Amino acid sequence: MHGSGEVSRRRATRAALAVIAAGALTLTACGDEETGAASDVPATIELPDLSGEQLEVAAVWTGVERDNFVRVLDEFEARTGASVSYVPSGDNVSQFVGTKIEGGAPPDVVMVPQPGVLHEFAENGWIAPLGDSVQQQLDANYTPGWQDLGTHEGVRYGVYVKAANKSLVWYSATAFEYAGVEPPATWDDFVTTAWTLWESGTTPLSVAGGDGWTLTDWFENIYLSQAGPEMYDRLAAHEIPWTDPSVADALTALGEVFGEPRLLANGTNGSLQTLFPDSVTQTFINLTAPDAGMVFEADFVGAVITDSTDAVIGEDALVFPFPEVGGGEAPVVSAGDAAVAVSPDGEASEAQEALLTFLASTDAARIWAEPGGFVSPNKSLEFDAYPNDVQRGIAEALIDAGDDFRFDMSDQTPAAFGGTTGQGMWRGLQDFLRNPDDVRGAQEYLESQAADAYGD
Amino acid sequence: MASGKVAVIRARPWAVASFLLPALLLLGALVVYPIGYSIWRSLFDASGDSFVGLDNFKELFTNDGIRTALKNNLIWIVVAPTVATALGLIFAVLTERIRWATAFKLIVFMPMAISMLAAGIIFRLVYEQNPDRGVANAVMTTVHDSFADSPAWPDAQPRPGGPVEAQDDGSYLLTSPAEVGSPAMLPLVAVPQPELADAAPAAVPQASGDQVTGTVWMDFTRGGGGTDGAVDPEEKGLSGITVQAVADGEVVAETTTAEDGTFALPAEADGAQVRLAGSDFQAPYNGAEWLGPSLITPAIIGSYVWMWAGFAMVLIAAGLAGVPRETLEAARVDGANEWQVFRRITIPLLAPVLAVVMVTLMINVLKIFDLVYVIAPTSTQDEANVLALQLYLSSFGTDSHQGVGSAIAVFLLVLVLPVMIINVRRLRRENQR
Repeated sequence: MHGSGEVSRRRATRAALAVIAAGALTLTACGDEETGAASDVPATIELPDLSGEQLEVAAVWTGVERDNFVRVLDEFEARTGASVSYVPSGDNVSQFVGTKIEGGAPPDVVMVPQPGVLHEFAENGWIAPLGDSVQQQLDANYTPGWQDLGTHEGVRYGVYVKAANKSLVWYSATAFEYAGVEPPATWDDFVTTAWTLWESGTTPLSVAGGDGWTLTDWFENIYLSQAGPEMYDRLAAHEIPWTDPSVADALTALGEVFGEPRLLANGTNGSLQTLFPDSVTQTFINLTAPDAGMVFEADFVGAVITDSTDAVIGEDALVFPFPEVGGGEAPVVSAGDAAVAVSPDGEASEAQEALLTFLASTDAARIWAEPGGFVSPNKSLEFDAYPNDVQRGIAEALIDAGDDFRFDMSDQTPAAFGGTTGQGMWRGLQDFLRNPDDVRGAQEYLESQAADAYGD
Repeated sequence: MASGKVAVIRARPWAVASFLLPALLLLGALVVYPIGYSIWRSLFDASGDSFVGLDNFKELFTNDGIRTALKNNLIWIVVAPTVATALGLIFAVLTERIRWATAFKLIVFMPMAISMLAAGIIFRLVYEQNPDRGVANAVMTTVHDSFADSPAWPDAQPRPGGPVEAQDDGSYLLTSPAEVGSPAMLPLVAVPQPELADAAPAAVPQASGDQVTGTVWMDFTRGGGGTDGAVDPEEKGLSGITVQAVADGEVVAETTTAEDGTFALPAEADGAQVRLAGSDFQAPYNGAEWLGPSLITPAIIGSYVWMWAGFAMVLIAAGLAGVPRETLEAARVDGANEWQVFRRITIPLLAPVLAVVMVTLMINVLKIFDLVYVIAPTSTQDEANVLALQLYLSSFGTDSHQGVGSAIAVFLLVLVLPVMIINVRRLRRENQR
């Protein structure tokens, strides 16, 4: 999530205009429904009367993401009479909460982007276990997999309120039309498609090698599909070393495209300097002669497309699920934010409990989903709540995966290995992109970094 | 006078103390205590609980990343102040002679008004690889392209495993020799579709009794469906390509392709190999890789000089104003030329000012952080690393080790000390004068 934090900040600045435009559209289209939109949803849960209560919620979201979340909080205020304020936490949630607790005024509810941070909070005794009413909502709306992600040593602490589907390949409709190709379903097809795109005169792939986290997502998707979920979990826990043959296989598969500078927009060196937003922009900014045919990343690519290009999602910019590799299932790698109740004495107040219950409910998910740019892990949410087909497809892929999805590996590992510029997985895969023939060297580097970070 | 001072201290020590106390307290709290604590902290491990002696300093000199930072700092401290001072001197001396001196000085000084962070963001864009976005490469490519012909089909390439092979010199060679009577087919791919919009459909030439004929075409049907190696109905010819017949390393015949991609070589070409000249396919010149591993540090130093040359110029210009005109005139009357005046009179007289500028810039360069942090992309951050950046990365990253961070800070302090001592001594000497 390191990456998407970064994204949200960039997104925030670029999105300002889009918000105004969208706001104007909705205003003209539905008149005074703007304020009444939330009450269209019939309430499915009972919430206590919390008049006079004050709650503070902290999350990394800014800009449009923040505005969409505040809609949900507004509905909570309307139903309970409590007053809820939103505080942006900045990228380092752990540091934010730590200093607030030391200062004696922690926020009441915090959105935690990494499972590791949730464990850290639970370990420190900063957060309260979930109460019965929250658990009821969880049982009704969430698969065990999502519930377990919010669990530390058998106790549930977190509600996953927002998810990201990181197994998507976005492509330019123009480029695919020039080449006369269809979205590939297997990795071999994917490589063939890339070559056909190249022959047709479009550089097939835009790789954001300047941002290490996008490369970790490439690797994770291939590894999850090729080696399977069990191996994925073991590698994430560092129970098998990075020198394992399964890692070599995944890197070799990745090398089939990374090893061909002809397939990469701006070649190998250019890719290493390309940052994530630019990788999206160069694919969709020129609609008649795209600089690249495909760009891989999560659903938040959509936000960059809307903000910084003229491409229309669903017409010019389309998406297909990451192909299956080596005969395995198609991978579903996800990320997400968990809501936790901060309470240094280990007990959640009635108001905290109520807010978490509401966030875990389908009512909240529906309000949140309506404006777009949001995918809910809530399986009870009907897909028609999403504003367009692309968004619906992304959500469907995530929910259909059931418990076969896996959480972003680099978010599960120690931050020194999976989330730091210039070292660990980020650096290891950047070096691999620079020199894709040296699979062995990449593995040894990754293993030595992992050994340091996990402290074995 | 000295005895008077002593008398006051002896007579009313409490008065002296109460005058000094506020300053001492502030200095102690804001300068002495942090330095002391950093030194103390540098002797402990990451958590700050156990004493590790000088291990953190050992780490400083064995860790590869930190050693690159050290090496880069050295380059910085030698190159950046020297170049900035030299440029400042040149500007200062030249602006003395021109009419719009103030305007010129204002412009050169203007970058100083920008924060380092903003300058970093500006130069991140200046150094972009893509000439459409990065000014540096835009200039380089424009200059390059005005001296070199732009190739006709820069993107066209042979299909891997096809009948045409790319040679080391950039030319494309048809592997089987040409024959009179059977057309030589040279399929190429990877030409962007929009570039083909105006091209004529490719044609297969008639076999002719006394000529080697053939076609160069884009062997990809828009929308797919074509046969590899065959001229399909919608495929376009590639015009204007130089076709050479090569026998024993000698070019025996040469021609260019027509609109529809066809060409005809005289009968001498029979049995020779058909080659497409590399100059038609040269990838467009893309400028230098400013943000790549080898140029990143010079590139960042360039942006630093852009900012600080103005500062050097203003100080030196002030010093120049104080140089006595009579001395210069006297030298000129004695027959010295302008260069000798500059070299033998101006520079020695300016030496104190030049020293101040150099020392100030050196101290400034030792703590350089923002430019490096902002300009270097993460993939080359290691190559651009400097001590102050490493200090930040070590102390406040996700994987923080404040012991090592403090050790770097102490080391930086030690590096600054000699420069400071020189500065203080010089100041004292000047006061005594």
